[in-house]
Amino acid sequence: MKILVPVKRAIDYNVKVRVKSDQSGVDLANTKMAINPFCEIAVEEAVRLREQGIASEIVVVSIGDKACQEQIRTALALGADRGLHIETEQSLESLQIAKLLQKVVEAEQPQLVILGKQSIDSDNNQTGQMLAALCGLPQGTFASKVEISGDKVKVTREVDGGLQTVSLTLPAVVTTDLRLNEPRYASLPNIMKAKRKPLDVKAAADFGVELTSKVKLLKVEAPAQRQGGVKVADVAELVAKLKNEAKVI
Amino acid sequence: MAILVYVEHDNAHLKAENLKLVDAATKMGSELHLLVAGYQCQDVAQQAATLAGVSKVLVADDAAYEHQLAENIGELVTELGRDYSHILAAATTTGKNFMPRVAALLDVAQISDIIKVESADTFVRPIYAGNAIATVQSEDAIKVITVRTSAFDAVEQSGSAVVEAISLSKENSLSAFVGAELTKSERPELTAARVVISGGRGMQNGDNFKLLEGIADKLGAAIGASRAAVDAGFVPNDMQVGQTGKIVAPELYIAVGISGAIQHLAGMKDSKFIVAINKDEEAPIFQIADYGLVGDLFQILPELEASL
Ligand SMILES: Cc1cc2nc3c(=O)[nH]c(=O)nc-3n(C[C@H](O)[C@H](O)[C@H](O)COP(=O)(O)OP(=O)(O)OC[C@H]3O[C@@H](n4cnc5c(N)ncnc54)[C@H](O)[C@@H]3O)c2cc1C
Ligand SMILES: Nc1ncnc2c1ncn2[C@@H]1O[C@H](COP(=O)(O)O)[C@@H](O)[C@H]1O
Repeated sequence: MKILVPVKRAIDYNVKVRVKSDQSGVDLANTKMAINPFCEIAVEEAVRLREQGIASEIVVVSIGDKACQEQIRTALALGADRGLHIETEQSLESLQIAKLLQKVVEAEQPQLVILGKQSIDSDNNQTGQMLAALCGLPQGTFASKVEISGDKVKVTREVDGGLQTVSLTLPAVVTTDLRLNEPRYASLPNIMKAKRKPLDVKAAADFGVELTSKVKLLKVEAPAQRQGGVKVADVAELVAKLKNEAKVI
Repeated sequence: MAILVYVEHDNAHLKAENLKLVDAATKMGSELHLLVAGYQCQDVAQQAATLAGVSKVLVADDAAYEHQLAENIGELVTELGRDYSHILAAATTTGKNFMPRVAALLDVAQISDIIKVESADTFVRPIYAGNAIATVQSEDAIKVITVRTSAFDAVEQSGSAVVEAISLSKENSLSAFVGAELTKSERPELTAARVVISGGRGMQNGDNFKLLEGIADKLGAAIGASRAAVDAGFVPNDMQVGQTGKIVAPELYIAVGISGAIQHLAGMKDSKFIVAINKDEEAPIFQIADYGLVGDLFQILPELEASL
């Protein structure tokens, strides 16, 4: 079966962002970029399913400017077979991304779409669910385990109270949580091989999707900075401060 | 037009989040309707009717809604939601699961995880793990919003709304509930507790979390964890605090053997008072802690328990 994995180019998770002084957004010039960590987990899961003989082809798709071809190449080096870059200079919202992905799903007809549960930049946590709804597909979000048998996929989900398991009829949409797997590192030979794997480029404007969101970003500010407090010498001083100064115990 | 608020519950009890969710709703408009969708959930509807500011509670009591499957709930809320100006749910794993489906089916954006309401169409939300705060304005006809309830205050339970049954069954044949493994605990819920004490990789193993339990018992605290502690299998996933776990803002947060990675801070830095216990005096957690105690947690925790 074919698996489609949408991957997003995002800021590296170790980098602490700076807000621009004109409040128009976050300063990304010269910052280290990477595959969104949850998408990396999605790629890894797809590759494992192919290694188990369950998947036969893995297609990765990324939507964004030219630079996101880097992340597609990374996914190809991790084991995906083929890439699709949907090019746009506009920064799109989840609904627009989901509509573009819907077109890709219609064209590619994958049995499984694996997305990250959340982008670590927008922190939206929407695209997979929106895609599932637009395609009329069932969803297994925040997955920590994915088991395929026949035309069903059983997904163990990380929920607030613990774990929940659902069974979905394929085709289906799955979004990854952190504990689904631990992604491998791409080896040098695989990085070289990835350069020769096919990567199609299409313009987002050609998909017949309205790309403008009705949500406007008015401003982006730095959060209120927390003042570091004091170091206490011992437990007795800590307890005294909590009782008398903070009055929280 | 009225505002539709999706109630979070387990078919028997109203979750504490709802009181804060309603507070967020009251800042967007004055006519509030709650939706209780579940199975044999009449008690929840009665409890929901007491929330101040609510005029009507709609109850969809049907086996199709027992496990809050996103496909079923999504269809239900989409159909009911067409007549409202705003649809709100808490940014819990339930709300995050079905609300984007509602937004997509209504062909509108979703605004995730808001922490402040500027006006009926303008909202504030953290991005980049809380390292930037965005203000956004929506021109969509229906605003689909999830709320970070820790950022709002609980409303009183002094109201008496009308309760109205709805018979709309939205079954689907593509997804089915198989089972759940829910963590049982006598302690307060992480997101509702007044005090939270969390352990990190420094705890070394799951057994050592007992050292936190004694303190939690004395303080009436919930116990949380860093991702490293969860990944290492010390404790279950539902204890994770952070960007991708639970967001908490208790009066007192005690971080034990946690270094203070930005993803962890994203989940607790709005706590009123923060205590850090760590043997590394350079640990980043100390930069945001009100009270830092440098030392070995295995020595400090028993002492702390004894002195409470
Ligand atoms: C996409 C993504 C999402 C993430 N989401 C989250 C999230 O939601 N929540 C989260 O917590 N993390 C999250 N992380 C992980 C995060 O980056 C850190 O790896 C993690 O928070 C580290 O956990 P820790 O502080 O327990 O471990 P460490 O960083 O290893 O720190 C352990 C600390 O314990 C101290 N220590 C050790 N022994 C003792 C002792 N005997 N006495 C006192 N102190 C001691 C050490 O000095 C050290 O500071 C995420 C990461 C990614 C990539
Ligand atoms: N620009 C994009 N290109 C490809 N996939 C994306 C893009 N944006 C989001 N996604 C996918 O949707 C997931 C969730 O993103 P979000 O809803 O933005 O939090 C990501 O982990 C990706 O799998």
